[in-house]
Amino acid sequence: MNQKRKKKTIKQICIDENYCKGCYLCIEQCPAAVYEISSKRNAKGYLVPEVARFEDCTGCMLCELTCPDMAITVEKEENEK
Amino acid sequence: MHPIAEKYLRKTSLPSIYCPGCGHGTVLNAFLRVVDDLDIMDDLGLVGGIGCSSWTPVFVNTDVLHTLHGRAIAMATGLKLANPRRHVVVFTGDGDCLGIGGNHFLHGARRNIDLTVIMLDNGIYGMTGGQVAPTTPTDAKTQTSPYGNPEPPMDSCAVAISCGATYVARWTSAHPLGLQKAIKEAIRHKGFSFIQAISQCPTQAGRYIYGTGKPVDLFRLIKENSVTLAKAEKMSPEALEGKILVGKLYQDETKPELSEKIYGMMTQ
Repeated sequence: MNQKRKKKTIKQICIDENYCKGCYLCIEQCPAAVYEISSKRNAKGYLVPEVARFEDCTGCMLCELTCPDMAITVEKEENEK
Repeated sequence: MHPIAEKYLRKTSLPSIYCPGCGHGTVLNAFLRVVDDLDIMDDLGLVGGIGCSSWTPVFVNTDVLHTLHGRAIAMATGLKLANPRRHVVVFTGDGDCLGIGGNHFLHGARRNIDLTVIMLDNGIYGMTGGQVAPTTPTDAKTQTSPYGNPEPPMDSCAVAISCGATYVARWTSAHPLGLQKAIKEAIRHKGFSFIQAISQCPTQAGRYIYGTGKPVDLFRLIKENSVTLAKAEKMSPEALEGKILVGKLYQDETKPELSEKIYGMMTQ
């Protein structure tokens, strides 16, 4: 029941490729292993991470808080804070 | 880009100068969230010295003093006394704060002036090419200690407490939530608040001291070596050797604050 509620609260996870420097701290910090290194390069040549398992996201926001370049945005549903 | 970054950062100076995986960005991230939470953007005065760490305030779209090497706390003291209503936050590095500016740090803490000093500690002089800093571990091989560093590192939090700082905390870039809470408490606290924010330096400290340039490995190293104060109470002194104690180390609300005292004397 708890998991169902959590799933609902996250709308989407955005990674801004222009600001990502490919340090992969988001991958290290995520307790649910949501992210994976993709094969896509950004303008600076870094392989950007991608959201591979969105349904596993628990909404802990650790990736967003850790990202040194503030490139990650975890969007929550509007009625949730 | 995150909406908070969009709101508070200077677009012209982005992306930041930090190397990929530098922990300083995480500290800036935590600081911006606190600014957003407390809504103090218009009353901020940020001061930085010289070094990677001292570039942190330059990205924030507010009043910033980027000063001489080591003189950040001296400049911040002047700024605070000129306008005590400002929330003056100093971003400084381990070399900037303890090495070159060591004297200002001691006297800032002694005066108990209402500053928030965030010392970003990567254990090396990163920007100038990886020289030995006061917090470099013993036996670490750096550019200026090719046979290993013969000196023991300095415990900045113990120095701050013994000199009279009234809020002292230590966190790392691997604990963004704890760091955020500490910065919030430090800004609200009346008196000299000191936060040692340990962060990873993949380019200099990582490659030459720890033998890996991968940010993830250094991040894991910091995370695994950190022990919270609550956990440390149950551990033996032998088990705590080489560990990083994180948490709020000291707080004292009773000591008089310098700017209040000076303005009190002036109105008498």
